[in-house]
Amino acid sequence: MAEVVAVIASTHHPFYYRASTSTGEDRPPFADEWVRKITAFRQTLTRANPDVLVMVGSDHFHQLWLDNMPQFLVGKAPFYDANWYNEEREFGLPRMLLKGQEDLSAHILRAGLDEGFDLAFSNELRIDHSVTCPIITLRPEADLPIVPIYTNIFAPPLPQPKRFVQLGQAIREIVESWPSHLRVAVIGTGHLSLELGGPRQFGPHGPDPEFDQKAVEWIATGDLDRCLAEVTLDSLHSPGNATHGFMDFMLMMGVAGAGQKADYVDSLDLFHTMEAYFTWYPNGAPR
Amino acid sequence: MSKYLVDKFLFTIDRDPELVERYREQPRETVEWWEAERANAVLNCHAGEASTWLRFTDEEREALTAHDHVKLFELGAHPFLTLTLFIAMFERDHGPLEYQKAYGARLAHFNLPYPDIAT
Repeated sequence: MAEVVAVIASTHHPFYYRASTSTGEDRPPFADEWVRKITAFRQTLTRANPDVLVMVGSDHFHQLWLDNMPQFLVGKAPFYDANWYNEEREFGLPRMLLKGQEDLSAHILRAGLDEGFDLAFSNELRIDHSVTCPIITLRPEADLPIVPIYTNIFAPPLPQPKRFVQLGQAIREIVESWPSHLRVAVIGTGHLSLELGGPRQFGPHGPDPEFDQKAVEWIATGDLDRCLAEVTLDSLHSPGNATHGFMDFMLMMGVAGAGQKADYVDSLDLFHTMEAYFTWYPNGAPR
Repeated sequence: MSKYLVDKFLFTIDRDPELVERYREQPRETVEWWEAERANAVLNCHAGEASTWLRFTDEEREALTAHDHVKLFELGAHPFLTLTLFIAMFERDHGPLEYQKAYGARLAHFNLPYPDIAT
């Protein structure tokens, strides 16, 4: 059976690409430290030597729209074009082309449906920065085949937080039941506290540093009990109006497993939002 | 109230470079044209299978025409859509992050809970 060699949860900051590639006067003062942290984080994936990446993210009203909105969707295609005109425009993101791993997509869809998750699917999916940001930070060669999984953290009504956790737990079991010799890393990105288009946006820190501190602690210690006790669809409005993206972190806590301490934890306090990086090695740290 | 249609306007303008410029330069003309010609298009269907019932309220039409992002927030337009499009139209006229900060400051009178964005 396939092996889950790394579970990685991260924020996806669309400004990283531009910050890390800019030079001279255009280079922001925090860029060097950010690049150092990302380079160290990248090593945690490289060391696991994966063959396939399952990528959990959320479409930001690019291909998925309110006339036909899935809650959870699995891509099943041989290729995925990536990044959109408005992401090139606002963030300077490059166009990309990623290979798909259709056998694993088919396995996740079949097993997920059989486990009680009514997963939507797409045979032609153009992916956005929620998936390409972690490719840029963790695997800039973009050479590994992927299975993208999109969650709805964006267009209410949303699934409950516990459903994200349950889906994460199911993804872990499903990948481990894939009849394959391949090494799989599951990578998911979300947000800590975040405000977009509201009065608390673009402040000197994330809109709710206290929430961020608690959230990092929950993730780092795998404390799903306290996380699920405190986080509700209603409560997530309070740290910032885009904080429902934290549910993708909860999904990744489900993949990692309740009570599982992360093997690698780092964060970076930036303007607008805090960055946070976590890696678990389910079968022990690679040598 | 047609929050969905306001979001649809923001979504379809934002993804088209020509429409972003047209809405920036000629907001009233663009809103009127869009409501007459595009509002009822089902996005993955051909023109012969359009909807027949979608239209803005006067308040929504005026908020879009006035580029009034504060009113759009009050009406429950999706804040991500509004922000993304308005950055595309107006960031260029300001220094780094100046527009984004001013945009937030103009919303400072809103307290939680914010207007409902569910469609």
